[in-house]
Amino acid sequence: MYACLLFADLTAGTWQKYFQASLDGLSMGALFALIALGYTMVYGIIELINFAHGDLFMLGTFFALSLLLAFDLTGLGAAHTSTTSIVFACALMILTVPLFTAIVNFSLDRMVYKPLRHASRLAPLVSAIGCSFVFMNLGLFWNSQLSEPRLITADRVQEVIPQPDGSTQIVTTDGNTVSNVRKVEAGWLTYETVPAASDRSFPSLLPNRNLIEGSGLRFTIKDSVVIGVTVPIMILLTMFVKLTPMGKAMRATAQDPTAARLMGINVDRVIGATFMIGGALGGVASVIYSLSVTTIGYQMGFINGLYAFTAAVLGGIGNIPGAVLGGLLIGLIRSYGSVTIGETWTSALVFALLIIILVFKPTGLLGARTREKV
Amino acid sequence: MCRIIALEKNSRRRFIVKSPKRIVCASILLLGLALTAGVVGCSGASGDPNKIKIISSFPRTGSAKGQSDTIVNGIRMALEEVDYKVGDFTIEYLDRDDATAGEGKWTPERETANADEAVKDPDVMVYIGPYNSGAAKVSIPILNQANVLMISPAVTWPGMTKPGLGDEGEPDIYRPSGRINFTRVVPADDIQGSLSAKWAASMGVKKVYILDDNEVYGKGIATLFRESCKDYGIEVLGSQQSIDMKQNEFRSLMSSIKSSGPPDLIYFGGTSQTKAGQIAKDMVAAGMGDVKLMLPDGCYEQAFIQSAGADLFDTLKVYVTFGGLPPDMLEGNGKEFVENYRKKYGRTPEGYAIYGYEAAKVALMAIEKAGKKDRVAILEACLNIKDFPGALGVWSFDENGDTTNKVMSGSTIENGEFKFVARLDEL
Repeated sequence: MYACLLFADLTAGTWQKYFQASLDGLSMGALFALIALGYTMVYGIIELINFAHGDLFMLGTFFALSLLLAFDLTGLGAAHTSTTSIVFACALMILTVPLFTAIVNFSLDRMVYKPLRHASRLAPLVSAIGCSFVFMNLGLFWNSQLSEPRLITADRVQEVIPQPDGSTQIVTTDGNTVSNVRKVEAGWLTYETVPAASDRSFPSLLPNRNLIEGSGLRFTIKDSVVIGVTVPIMILLTMFVKLTPMGKAMRATAQDPTAARLMGINVDRVIGATFMIGGALGGVASVIYSLSVTTIGYQMGFINGLYAFTAAVLGGIGNIPGAVLGGLLIGLIRSYGSVTIGETWTSALVFALLIIILVFKPTGLLGARTREKV
Repeated sequence: MCRIIALEKNSRRRFIVKSPKRIVCASILLLGLALTAGVVGCSGASGDPNKIKIISSFPRTGSAKGQSDTIVNGIRMALEEVDYKVGDFTIEYLDRDDATAGEGKWTPERETANADEAVKDPDVMVYIGPYNSGAAKVSIPILNQANVLMISPAVTWPGMTKPGLGDEGEPDIYRPSGRINFTRVVPADDIQGSLSAKWAASMGVKKVYILDDNEVYGKGIATLFRESCKDYGIEVLGSQQSIDMKQNEFRSLMSSIKSSGPPDLIYFGGTSQTKAGQIAKDMVAAGMGDVKLMLPDGCYEQAFIQSAGADLFDTLKVYVTFGGLPPDMLEGNGKEFVENYRKKYGRTPEGYAIYGYEAAKVALMAIEKAGKKDRVAILEACLNIKDFPGALGVWSFDENGDTTNKVMSGSTIENGEFKFVARLDEL
């Protein structure tokens, strides 16, 4: 009877709705998976839940925005957007932002977690929460330091007054005086300060063009970038851990740090490398997230970090394929939840499912290790 | 000469450092002084009989700062016009924040603290604010018990004043003392909700989808809009959905709205602080750039355009309603205010600045009419104000403390700025 109803529902053309939800969910889930890898790798090695990781991801987005503003790559004010400048902007971000987050994450380990390596397990955990707040406030400050460019098109400028100190002032047609403007192709750019706590719009460099026009579904260039970057990175990471000497050292340290040390593995170096790789993955997520969601804010690290952490636990914390699976699952659950039971309940649904899975499989979906966890 | 002074200074310093007894003596003396001052301060608690304080409470941090800055500027301009003097009284103005940087928007704790400060300071006669309807829900009952007059330039939820239009028990729950103490100089949402529906219908909209942010103001106005849709023959698709404003993106929601047959218009009851910008972005991301988006006055601020990114509005058509007229459309007193504002601050004020100015003018008039420093007298004088020559023409307070002014305008966004489209009360 119920199956009949479901079938009738599906034949009515709503399969499209669910298929679309799957596409949206996978695209968002891939991002959660990228962040989740940072949690799970660090946990796998030193059994620390690095709560600052979500906020590191947030700092990465601000670094990306700063890059665009500093190199004038926002695309604002150009008469026509050129593909070269967009490709250059994306390449610049994807190369430097992960470097930045990797260095920050590495220094975080060296300065905060390393001195606590032999302390009780709660000490680094509480420091991690503290670092999360420090990062959040850094983000708040950073946001207030980045001024927002606004374009005043040439046809709305009434008068241009050069100032004695070399800057330019303009008077707009509606009588407003704007000082410190800069000439660009399409008019004048003015820089406005933004209240520190407000959400920022990230320049939408990637077009919203649908790649499968006519099918009734929607998979945009943005989505293809998300999938096109995250999937190869995950494959590379798996290969790195499975095939390289460093990967082998990581697996050995994860299994038993003392034995690994006895075998001549420089455990501190391995831990440092883990933090760098985890941080870099978070940095990639920052770039991809900024390009696809196009809104950043100092508080976004919390909710994204929470989902990513949940993804890591869901897949079995410490397990790399598990984190990916968990991330994708959470993306899908949120998406289906929004389609079926309503937007307000999506996060409740995610955590309800997490509880159910943990009740029946306490190690998570792919987790096998049964060592005592935090 | 100089050297001698320097030497003397040096020797004195050494002298003091070397005798801790003197430090102790000095501290005791200072402490004593401070105590005496405190006692004097306390005994003069009812303060200078000729001094009256006006306190305002707005979100001064967070993304509503742009809007609240211009409101506060408006208040200051009104006070400067009379040189902070009414009759025998000197006016002192206190600008308080009801938001925290951490939240980025108003919080019940801050709003309560501001209301408490107003109640406890016997010099405070008038409370201008708050900005958010949710905040008003918190502060009205506190201030009501102390008979402090409230004049809000921005709170629009009808339940604050109008019997039968809000939730059950409103507005009596805000009036434990039995007196009315809350007034507003801006038209309420019952007018805005129905005129928004009327505007949508006049644009040829047949099907709408309604979303809200689950806050007092947002959910309230979205519900009022939904109820008015019937009157204008607009079909409401699905049920009204609340978003979780802590989420960062709403792609799936927008996709599901699209795949169940896209509406002509989406109405979002919310503010720039509750993700209106992201709603606009995700509509475009989900391929609904050709669907209109209508928003209430909580989004009538530059912060909304900033959060969505100005270039988004080349694709998406956004319609924003606002109680009153945009600064550029004002005439008479209003026009004069906008011109003075521009002269003083170098730019056009945001939409609510004029109401900040108006609220302060009303406060001054109430104090003048009462003629004495007494909260109840000022409260009654204010409610009796009739034929006030305001920025939007002549208006009076009705029996609920609402303005009789019903001017409502609709704007769209072009070139990163709001552009006036129509006067909705004349449609």
